[in-house]
Amino acid sequence: MATLGDYLIVSGILFAIGFAGVMLRRNLIIILMALELMLNAANLSLVAFSRFHLRADGLPAYKAQVFVFFIITVAAAEVAVGLAIIVALFRVRQTTHVEDISTLKF
Amino acid sequence: MSSILFWIFALLMLVFGAGVIINRNPVASALNLVVSFLGLAALFMSLDAYFVGIIQVLVYAGAIMVLFLFIIMLLDLRAEKLRRINWVASVGGTGVALALLTQIFYVVANFKAAQQPFLPLARSTVDDVHSIGALLFSAYNLPFQIIGVLVLVATVGVVVLSKRELP
Repeated sequence: MATLGDYLIVSGILFAIGFAGVMLRRNLIIILMALELMLNAANLSLVAFSRFHLRADGLPAYKAQVFVFFIITVAAAEVAVGLAIIVALFRVRQTTHVEDISTLKF
Repeated sequence: MSSILFWIFALLMLVFGAGVIINRNPVASALNLVVSFLGLAALFMSLDAYFVGIIQVLVYAGAIMVLFLFIIMLLDLRAEKLRRINWVASVGGTGVALALLTQIFYVVANFKAAQQPFLPLARSTVDDVHSIGALLFSAYNLPFQIIGVLVLVATVGVVVLSKRELP
C-alpha cells in the first residue's frame, strides 16, 4: 500500500513542476496552466491528509474535501478572468509573451 | 488500491505535468494538462474521495481545459520561437524549485506519520457526496455563499472585460 508520505512526495514534485513552469516559461497561457498544476498539487495533499486523518466514526475528515471544493471553484473563476485579461491584452498588443509587456516594469 | 496502480497514475500525472512546461506548442501543453488532470483524478479516487475525483474530471479536464483550448485557438498561437534565454531567471527558477523539492523530501522523511499505512475506512451507510453536501450547507454555509458571490463577480467581470471598446 502507498503511504501518506508517497502522496506528499508526489504532490511536492507536482508543485515543483508547476513552480518551475511559472519561473521558466514566458508565455502567459502556459504560466496560467502551471498555476493550475500548483493548485492541484495542494489539492492532492489536502485529500491525502483527509483520508489519513479519520474522524471518530472511521470516515475521512470531509472538511478537507470541502476545502478542495472551494479551491476548485476559485481556480475556475481565476482561469476565466485570467484568460479574459489575456484576450484583452492580445487585442491591444498582439502578443502573449511576458517580455513584450513591460510598460509597468521599473 | 494497490501500490502498482498508485505509481502508474502518479508517474502518468508527473510525466504529462512536466510535458506541460516542456512543450513549445500551447495546444500540446493543454492536451498534456488534460492527461495530467485525469491521472490526478485517479489518485483522488484511490484515496476514496470519489466526489472530488468526479469534480476534477468534470470541472478541470472538462470545463477549464475547453476554455484554455478555445482561447489558444482563438488567439491562433503558434509554437513559440526560440528567444534569447534569460539565464538568471532560468537558473534562479530551477534552483528555487529544486530547493523546494529538497525541503519537501527532507520534511516528509522526518515525518513519522508519513510512514504509516492508511487505516481502512469504516463501513458507512451514506456516500461521500452526502457527507460533503451536509457539511457544505451546515458548517460551511457562509463560505459557500461567499464563493457564489465570487463566481458571480467573476462572470460579470469577464463580460465587462470582453465587451469593452478598447482604445
